[in-house]
Amino acid sequence: MVHPLDPGVSRRILRDMIRIRAVEEAIADRYAEQKMRCPTHLSIGQEGPAAAAGAVLDGQDLAVSGHRAHAHYLAKGGDLPAMIAEIYGKATGCSRGNGGSMHLVDEAVGFMGSTAIVGGTVPVGVGLALSLAIARKPGLVCIFIGDAVLETGVFYESAGFAAVRKLPVLFVCENNLYSVYSPLDVRQPAGRALAGVAAALGLGSSSGDGNDPQAAYSLLRTAADRVRSGAGPQFVELATYRWREHCGPMFDNELGYRTESEFLAWKARDPIPRLRQSLLSDGVIDAVWLAAVHDEIQAEIDAAFTFAEASPFPESSLASADIYSREMAPFP
Amino acid sequence: MTYAEAVRDALAVALEQDPSVIVYGLGAPDPKGVFGTTLGLQQRFGQDRVFDMPTAENAMTGVGIGAALGGLRPVLTHQRLDFALLSLDQIINNAAKWRFMFGGRRGVPLTIRMILGRGWGQGPTHSQNLQAVFAHIPGLCVVSPATPADAKGLLLSAIFGEDPVIFLEHRWLHGARGETPAGDHRVPIGRAHQLRQGGDVTVVASSILSLEALQAVDHVAAQGVACDLIDLRSIRPLDWEAIETSVQRTGRLLVLDPGHETGGVAGEIIARLTTRCWGHLRAPPRRLAMPDAPESTSPALTQGYHVRAEHIATAIGELLGLQLESASLSRRSHPHDVPGAEFQGPF
Ligand SMILES: Cc1ncc(C[n+]2csc(CCOP(=O)(O)OP(=O)(O)O)c2C)c(N)n1
Ligand SMILES: [Mg+2]
Repeated sequence: MVHPLDPGVSRRILRDMIRIRAVEEAIADRYAEQKMRCPTHLSIGQEGPAAAAGAVLDGQDLAVSGHRAHAHYLAKGGDLPAMIAEIYGKATGCSRGNGGSMHLVDEAVGFMGSTAIVGGTVPVGVGLALSLAIARKPGLVCIFIGDAVLETGVFYESAGFAAVRKLPVLFVCENNLYSVYSPLDVRQPAGRALAGVAAALGLGSSSGDGNDPQAAYSLLRTAADRVRSGAGPQFVELATYRWREHCGPMFDNELGYRTESEFLAWKARDPIPRLRQSLLSDGVIDAVWLAAVHDEIQAEIDAAFTFAEASPFPESSLASADIYSREMAPFP
Repeated sequence: MTYAEAVRDALAVALEQDPSVIVYGLGAPDPKGVFGTTLGLQQRFGQDRVFDMPTAENAMTGVGIGAALGGLRPVLTHQRLDFALLSLDQIINNAAKWRFMFGGRRGVPLTIRMILGRGWGQGPTHSQNLQAVFAHIPGLCVVSPATPADAKGLLLSAIFGEDPVIFLEHRWLHGARGETPAGDHRVPIGRAHQLRQGGDVTVVASSILSLEALQAVDHVAAQGVACDLIDLRSIRPLDWEAIETSVQRTGRLLVLDPGHETGGVAGEIIARLTTRCWGHLRAPPRRLAMPDAPESTSPALTQGYHVRAEHIATAIGELLGLQLESASLSRRSHPHDVPGAEFQGPF
């Protein structure tokens, strides 16, 4: 079924994409100041899947993600100042500075955690779904993954269990063609579609263009509706492309692991102008709306960085805190 | 040459010399070549023998075991030790036990390089040195070289030996320089190297802590304190004789451990040496290890997390009941969380 975007949803997706891009670019611009001292994986260019998923998920839904999680956290409604402060290693960060860019969390909005080991949160997401199912709670768990996750054993083990128990899981797979510098063809046999693998595992499965936010929304919405109706776990593969280097703020096409022409072809398919043009010509938004959105976002980002910079670092005593519950007090 | 170049040199020598050697791992042929350690090897030795792999650490370890049983000498590389944790099953249940559980028929000549991350917010799951976990397992060898020459020599011994070897290489050592013999240079596994001679205190170190200790030992030497500095090089098997001979002379033992304190290798060394050299000891042995806490990403919480030269110099003084000057060792021209001023992140 095709879900046409209603004006509210389409404005939300466009706004989220613009916001995510602006946040990521602000991080990239300031990274050289050397105050954000942690490995940082940006989502510039691949905002489409995250924003579309954000529009599909409800407040009661949960989400987990991996190393490249800024977009997922923000699209789920995660607290922006807490994320920026986390990247700065500050006490006000969402993980009190312990986790950095790769360990984001905002339980208040159902973002249950992103971690740095590829595939590490896949079974955790399935377990969260098990907890919803056993407690007969509404909602689903969205597990954001990259293409490399379909190489990990834990994906297969987790997907199998989710399918057996028909758990409320929505896998959102951002296929950006690369794992670090490794193209898909050294990791998957020629001609294999990731969505096909998921289907063979017993997941409801579909695939489409993640840089076409309307198409992505429609696929995700259909899949989420199926999960909510009790049809069991669903998998949506969305094609997209990372513009910057795997980790860090720079461009890295000069390394030669991908061609400039491939990069330019994907840049021409930038999801943001695509949706913006379509909404402008349909009269859903106008220049005034865009200008206001831009100003709001800029002010919000400036405030988040000011907050992060002004926040204190954690007290040194916290280096050995939060390891056990209070009852399991550490060694003397 | 640098440590990274020495690793690459060892791999090239092995690949050149023996067609059964293969080298693989995530990013092995990529443009950065695993911090330079595999650069150019695929071009030189071909895609059959030097290759990338899927993000499937456990399976690819088992594949290495099978390949080794089939007559190859595989070298598997992990960009972080933390990623190799997914392969603990294959390492511990298969590689370490194959020889034993089939009655000594055949061993597994598999070398697994694991890079130890540190600094620039590597944080809780990109910076662990779990040498004790591997050293705990009968059937595994664990080496942790500190110098380019030892990196080359131990890697070649690992590749051409008959047992599985965990080869721990510290990310901050990759840029370190040192004389490195050309050709098929081997360093025997299980033999320590004495870096300094002196009768007052025995300092036992490994990996990057050997370099920190060298600084500290030279610093206190200028204050009249002479230490034996033993660079272990191998964690298992461990050169007990080298430590014992030294402690019998000095009666004072300081062990440096780049892993967490509880259950660590330093505890094992102190336990054995205390049992065997009780009559020679003139002071309670001491250890300096990582705290029993995961490493935070926040730079504010990693100040003082790692053992550095100044801590070592202070501890040497305490073992002797002396107040030695050590504060000047803590003055560095770059922040504590990078190996040198030139490092700008993000790795
Ligand atoms: C188990 C494990 N192996 C290797 C790595 C190193 N690593 C970090 S990100 C990454 C690439 C993952 O690619 P993908 O899932 O496609 O996500 P993308 O970076 O493209 O968004 C790898 C291999 C890791 N973090 N964990
Ligand atoms: Mg990818």
